[in-house]
Amino acid sequence: MHPAYSVILFTTSSGAGYGLLFWLSLAHVIGAQPVAGWGFFAGLFIALGLITLGLLSSTFHLGRPERAWRALSQWRSSWLSREGVAALATYVPAGVLWLMSLLGIAGWLTLPLALLSAIGAVATVWCTGMIYASLRTIREWHMPQVPYVYLANAAASGALLLVLLHAFAGRDIRLVSLIALLALGLAGALKLIYWRRIDAEPGAYTADMALGLKGVKRQLEPPHSRPNYVMREMGYDVARRHAETLRRSVLLWGFLLPGLMLAFQALTGGLGPVLMPVAVTAAAAGLVTERWLFFAEATHLSTLYYGNQRA
Amino acid sequence: MTTLPEKTDKSLGLVIDLDICVGCHACVTSCKEWNTGGYSAPLTDQEPYGADPHGAFLNRVHSYEVDNDHWKGTVHFPRSCLHCETPDCVTVCPTGASYKREEDGIVLVNPDTCIGCKLCSWACPYGAREYDYDEGVMKKCTLCVDRIYNETIPEEDRVPACVKACPTGARAFGDLADPNSAVSQNVAARDGFNLLDEFGYKPVNKYLPPRKASDRTPQIAAEPQAETTGSALEKLFAWADRALSR
Ligand code: SF4
Ligand code: SF4
Ligand code: SF4
Repeated sequence: MHPAYSVILFTTSSGAGYGLLFWLSLAHVIGAQPVAGWGFFAGLFIALGLITLGLLSSTFHLGRPERAWRALSQWRSSWLSREGVAALATYVPAGVLWLMSLLGIAGWLTLPLALLSAIGAVATVWCTGMIYASLRTIREWHMPQVPYVYLANAAASGALLLVLLHAFAGRDIRLVSLIALLALGLAGALKLIYWRRIDAEPGAYTADMALGLKGVKRQLEPPHSRPNYVMREMGYDVARRHAETLRRSVLLWGFLLPGLMLAFQALTGGLGPVLMPVAVTAAAAGLVTERWLFFAEATHLSTLYYGNQRA
Repeated sequence: MTTLPEKTDKSLGLVIDLDICVGCHACVTSCKEWNTGGYSAPLTDQEPYGADPHGAFLNRVHSYEVDNDHWKGTVHFPRSCLHCETPDCVTVCPTGASYKREEDGIVLVNPDTCIGCKLCSWACPYGAREYDYDEGVMKKCTLCVDRIYNETIPEEDRVPACVKACPTGARAFGDLADPNSAVSQNVAARDGFNLLDEFGYKPVNKYLPPRKASDRTPQIAAEPQAETTGSALEKLFAWADRALSR
């Protein structure tokens, strides 16, 4: 599948935003993060900013951005529609929380609002994952692990941002670093399982099945002299060797490097303002590459008509 | 509404005969010609005279090399939307622009409400939907909905443009839910089949396989030997003929 940069940016940026929103809300619910504090205000601002950046970027992917509101109507059957509804719904409690934080209003209301924000964040990221996992035409996406990979990546990148914020605020970062390390470890493990699974499965459909004929040897002539939309969008193919290199850099930059820094901080609690910007940058590069690969390594069944023997 | 109808009154569709399709692309061009002025108008092209010409077509013809005990050689293979009975291309649509009609089973995209998210094309295993880069919306075979019910054109023209254009009669149009229709009868008689049947979208369109090639090679009578006299002159001519045709 063609890796569209708008979609890659959308899913990574809003994923990190929802992750941060989730952890901040959770911290507030357990009483570790007062609404009136500077940290909560700045954190929510960054989270909502990343989410909004992602949503705006995703509308660039549309052919008709001015009609985007129509996407809210089909939540009964469409995961994309559900994602839109969940994203908008999450803005309500999170936005009110942010306003209360801005105006310094505290009260019992913040508790249910924080809870709703956390639930909304999880629901939205789940819907994003399900958009891909529900597509039976792409075996690398139609897997039960996929929505969990999306959730774990969001949780890990959000937690990294939380540690960064804590480090700059001069707070004790040992516990948050440990939490972030666990989330990152989980995300890395899930990704390894995912890669192992897609490598082990050869694809259940063949060119013979696609044409309904036995003994399809090759495509003699494509229907057109230059690639059409289907080939441009669905026919993207990344070389095996290239993918291996990229997978290794995902593990290195996205997981190993930030993981080591988090481990150091979980143990010592020091050097946060120095290490965390590096860790966040490395993780961002790693996770964007991971999302790029998620698209580039996906094979679509329609390629069976264009010379692919198995998908 | 992007939920699928429980059942449709009819299942209108095409039957494509792979035995007689000669791969001339007449259906492709007539489809483009009709639909760039019809329901899906316009069907735009990008860089039509440049180095990388491409554009939205609702029907494509591939050619494959096939080798089985039934048929060995080229198979020309037209491919358009199969108007499936249970396709996800309809249910994944977030806007309701993609829908299946209850009255005749035709799968359509409403060009006025489609946002061009492309998700439906991802959900189609047949590569039957093509995005229109200029219009920003998804295009697909309409089964010529604006011809088959069109009372302003002569009755004999109320069939899809591709069916009308096919010079060999490799394309037929009809109601595949009606077992007595000519198309259904032909499918039954010729062992018509579904593409990617295992996938389970239940395509309405059917394909007819190439007929088994004859195993008798045609007998051509051997050319009779010319009478010879063995004269020196004849040998000279024979030698000259060989020398010159070398
Ligand atoms: S062929 Fe593709 S576009 Fe047409 S109905 Fe089936 S799944 Fe949908
Ligand atoms: S591209 Fe248009 S028709 Fe297809 S899913 Fe998106 S909104 Fe629906
Ligand atoms: S039925 Fe009409 S729209 Fe569909 S392939 Fe034929 S000519 Fe094109």
